[in-house]
Amino acid sequence: MSRNSLFWILWLIITLGLGGYLSAAMIYSGDRSNLLIGKTTSGHHQIELSCNTCHGNGFTDEDTIQNACLSCHENELKVSNDSHPIKKFRDPRNADRLEQLNAMKCVTCHTEHKPHLVSDMGMGLTLPKDYCFKCHEDIAKERPQTHQNLSFDSCATSGCHNYHDNKALYEKFLERHADTPDMKLTQLVNNFKYEKLSEEYGGLKRGDPLDKTDANAPKEHLNDSLVDSWHQDAHAKNGVNCTACHQPDKAQQTSEKQTWIKKPGIAVCASCHKEENKSFLAGKHGMRLNPSLSQSKSDPWGILFKEKKFTPMRPELARLEMKEAAHGTELTCNTCHSVRKNNHKFNLQEAKVEACLSCHDDQHSKAYLTSPHYKLWQKEIKGELPKGSGVTCATCHMPRVEVEDEYENIIYLINHNQNANLRPNEKMIRSACLSCHGLRFSIDSLADPKLIKKNFHGRSTFKIESIDWVLKRSSKAEETK
Amino acid sequence: MSNFKTTLKKFALTGIGAGLMLTMASTSQVNAKTFEPAQVTDMLHLVLASDREVYTKKVVKRLANKHKVIKASEFFEDDKALPLPAQMFRFGSETVADKTKDFSYSLISLWPINKQNAPKTDIEKKGLEFINANKGKNFYGEESLGGKKYFTAVYPDVAIATPCVGCHNNHKDTPKKDFKMGDVMGGVVIRIPL
Repeated sequence: MSRNSLFWILWLIITLGLGGYLSAAMIYSGDRSNLLIGKTTSGHHQIELSCNTCHGNGFTDEDTIQNACLSCHENELKVSNDSHPIKKFRDPRNADRLEQLNAMKCVTCHTEHKPHLVSDMGMGLTLPKDYCFKCHEDIAKERPQTHQNLSFDSCATSGCHNYHDNKALYEKFLERHADTPDMKLTQLVNNFKYEKLSEEYGGLKRGDPLDKTDANAPKEHLNDSLVDSWHQDAHAKNGVNCTACHQPDKAQQTSEKQTWIKKPGIAVCASCHKEENKSFLAGKHGMRLNPSLSQSKSDPWGILFKEKKFTPMRPELARLEMKEAAHGTELTCNTCHSVRKNNHKFNLQEAKVEACLSCHDDQHSKAYLTSPHYKLWQKEIKGELPKGSGVTCATCHMPRVEVEDEYENIIYLINHNQNANLRPNEKMIRSACLSCHGLRFSIDSLADPKLIKKNFHGRSTFKIESIDWVLKRSSKAEETK
Repeated sequence: MSNFKTTLKKFALTGIGAGLMLTMASTSQVNAKTFEPAQVTDMLHLVLASDREVYTKKVVKRLANKHKVIKASEFFEDDKALPLPAQMFRFGSETVADKTKDFSYSLISLWPINKQNAPKTDIEKKGLEFINANKGKNFYGEESLGGKKYFTAVYPDVAIATPCVGCHNNHKDTPKKDFKMGDVMGGVVIRIPL
């Protein structure tokens, strides 16, 4: 065999081998980080190796990607009362608009693997600046008093408009809240009001309150300290006994021989706390535990590749600054709700501040301890102020909200998706700020990045004119009546 | 004789069979009747206009204006109120658009409160002008949108209840403040892809 032939054969073997490996990695498994074509956005980086979640089998069309976006984000859009839902653009009369800007596809504005396009507005995703102009170029003609000579890229950067969520920015809302004072007389956050309603709903109640002597764990697993803390906890008060979590199948009589689970995991919590779990898995703390995601798939025969799930999120994997001491901590329910003190009193109070600050180390988080909000929280804990007076990390980032459960009952629960209320930050106006502050004060404060870094210690140096413009327009309309 | 009877029976049976087949054929002819696009849009419009009238009169006018037990508001979510008839109509149209591409409909006007509901295509403009100039008549035409051909029908949307006129005349964004009962306020556009 000639030397040339040998080289050809070698080339063929290497090409086929490499091609086969990459194809198999793309479709099934292997180290897929080599296939990433660019850094993913902060919303997706934790799960970027679950390629199939967005790309299907790797050879799919735009619809597959669109459906993937909606499978995770559709509900958020519904909750935000999306101002530009896809259904608005289905009418054929919008065909010319869609030719300019395909508003039917999320990826038209929010593309992935292109870090150089990520918005500088702190949104954590790609976002063009000129999308409003394509349909609303006549706005200066329509509203000459207020919108004349405005820059085409200022609509969404000025603190006035968002594409999706305008629940706290729409004209009538601004008009109605124009005169609310910066500091309201009664300052109680929604959390408190909703907590009461949540208790009344009683959806998680499993039975009558249990006494210490009712604890049904086998003797070898019982001790006074554990029983005491369990008895003081909401679980005992709502009829949840030891075996409900430590031998769930036995408790539900689906298995006679289930052994004692020493540390019940997220699945056990989720068997009662369904909606909380759903939101936890949708946010950055829990998305890696979403059962539908995996780092690699199993091949059809389970021989070459095995399915590999993601490990729980750990602070060192985050892109925000995290405390070094927290590195290695896996995020599950117990990480924040604590069995850290080796007892059964699941903490709700510490989960609102201490748990967050045990990992988060960015400027905004650190500044919280010097903020007026923290002082109020301290006074609430000490009983110097009524319940609901304090503002915690959770008040803004994991608020108690009104949602519909799977049976369309209205329930009030803590939204464990920390991202749901985060960006654009005007989302927090209704769920948090307005409980205590006026709308002007809130909009101005949220528009000031320096004030946000200082965790609202001080006053905004920004003045957003939207409310004044609305009032100008309404008074003009009154005059012409 | 018996042969004759048998032949007669056979003849009769064949006759009955043929008759049945003819009847079936004529029945299937009825089933296979095709409709002109204009007939389809007329039927769709009849349903849409009737539902719109019922909602306006039996729900909004009765509960909000007559008995005053609930308000009707453009900001119905925040006000915990009834959606306005025009909003109700749009929600229906968007829900239909989510489910089928076989037809679509919208409500537009030469004097829209929301400027996005002004006529956009030539047919929409012609249609609205025609139904305003020819009271009680509909407009039919064809147009190409996004490379697809559509049969487009425009039907007059008439002020059938006092709240329609009141709201439109008093809204701060209205370009027309002198609507009267019975006026054509806008048009319902129904499209069928051809």
